[in-house]
Amino acid sequence: MTLRFDVRKRLREFTLDAAADLPAGVTLLEGPSGAGKTTLLLLIAGLAVPDGGRIALGERVLADAATRTFVPPAARNVALVFQEYALFPHLDVAANVGYGLRARSVPAAERALRVRRALDRFEIAELAGARVNELSGGQRQRVALARALVVEPAALLLDEPLAALDPATRDRVRGELAAMLADIGVPAVFVSHDPSDRAHFGARTLRLERGELAR
Amino acid sequence: MLRAVVAFAAAVLVAFIVLPLAGLLAHITPGGFAEALRTPAAHHALQLSAITTTITLTITLLLGTPLAYVLARADFPGRRLVDAVADLPIVVPPAVAGIALLFAFGRNGTLGPLLHAFGVQLSFSTAAVVLAQTFVSAPFYVRAARAAFAAGDRTLEAASATLGMGPLRTFAYITVPLAAPALLGGAVLTWARALGEFGATIMFAGNLEGVSQTLPLAVYLNLESGDLPIATALSIVLVAFSLFVVAAVRLTAEREAA
Repeated sequence: MTLRFDVRKRLREFTLDAAADLPAGVTLLEGPSGAGKTTLLLLIAGLAVPDGGRIALGERVLADAATRTFVPPAARNVALVFQEYALFPHLDVAANVGYGLRARSVPAAERALRVRRALDRFEIAELAGARVNELSGGQRQRVALARALVVEPAALLLDEPLAALDPATRDRVRGELAAMLADIGVPAVFVSHDPSDRAHFGARTLRLERGELAR
Repeated sequence: MLRAVVAFAAAVLVAFIVLPLAGLLAHITPGGFAEALRTPAAHHALQLSAITTTITLTITLLLGTPLAYVLARADFPGRRLVDAVADLPIVVPPAVAGIALLFAFGRNGTLGPLLHAFGVQLSFSTAAVVLAQTFVSAPFYVRAARAAFAAGDRTLEAASATLGMGPLRTFAYITVPLAAPALLGGAVLTWARALGEFGATIMFAGNLEGVSQTLPLAVYLNLESGDLPIATALSIVLVAFSLFVVAAVRLTAEREAA
């Protein structure tokens, strides 16, 4: 499964114009603040509409300006881990993790089983009934990742998933996150503006500056 | 000295509010209260108010929620104008609302012939009570809902979408639950305003027992006709509901702040 994009989107100060083919595994997307990194993720997730170009995931076209194709975010099966995680405050941890399965109408019994497995995998089983606002930063990050991966997405996008953590937690969580993403079987785009992420995630790196990609 | 003046001014106003309301209780015995509430006139008024305010609230929730959402989230030409129009009934005098409704939906009103062609006669009916109540009370809910939808965290809705929920289910599972305290507060205010509705109702729906004589109208009619116990008893019922509303709105506001 390859994520291919070649998109244009007018931003306030410049036009984002980015093209790349990303195979399975982690790709770091680096660049200074305001370079268009988050916008690129939003375009891939379907939360922003490109002005031109094409996005495809494997054989599936997600957006194509030429044919006026636009698959809405809910139908893309592209998971996004938000910078501040965007956990649902009115739901407990298990309901947050199971949300995407509920969206896919997975039967309750199977849903409970898959949520259980995800919680075990991310070592947060004891937090199943906890409210989101009772969690530490590192715990939130795991819940967000469990919620994104439990639906077995065709691609995973992470928008500076370590930025919301304090420095001490960040160093610990970075290692954990690298281990969890090491064997991911789908394209994963990891937005970062921390150069030390490169050593941990080791993978391909794309650099975005003022809307333009450099390799 | 200044302190004493402030305290005195505050005490005067509080006493001015409390004394008349408490005085209602002095004008009726518990036995008289119970007896007055058992009269057909009181019974009809209570029943009619319960039914009409329930229908009004239902209509307001069904039509007001989409309107509030559109006003909070959509950008379209004339949005500010629609926004202002939606608030208008709050400041329009109820008697003016009543005569306007009569001119629009009355037998000789603008839409009268059309309604008549379908065999519908709105004025001086229970339906007219509901229309009058909805006209004056719906804006309270719309205002509260609009503010809640505008303040809602869009990132959470975006997260819901990327997890596979379409717009309608995202609205039901994320937007509404997170706005629930404000929506509830607005609904309570709308219900209270509908319950107290007098001016527009008496102009547009008349004052017929069992048809359009809601609680406030029954208070007025029984006072006029000299049946003080019924007027007093129904007034006490209305004050009790008002107290409940004030308490409910405060509680939801406090829970929201917590």
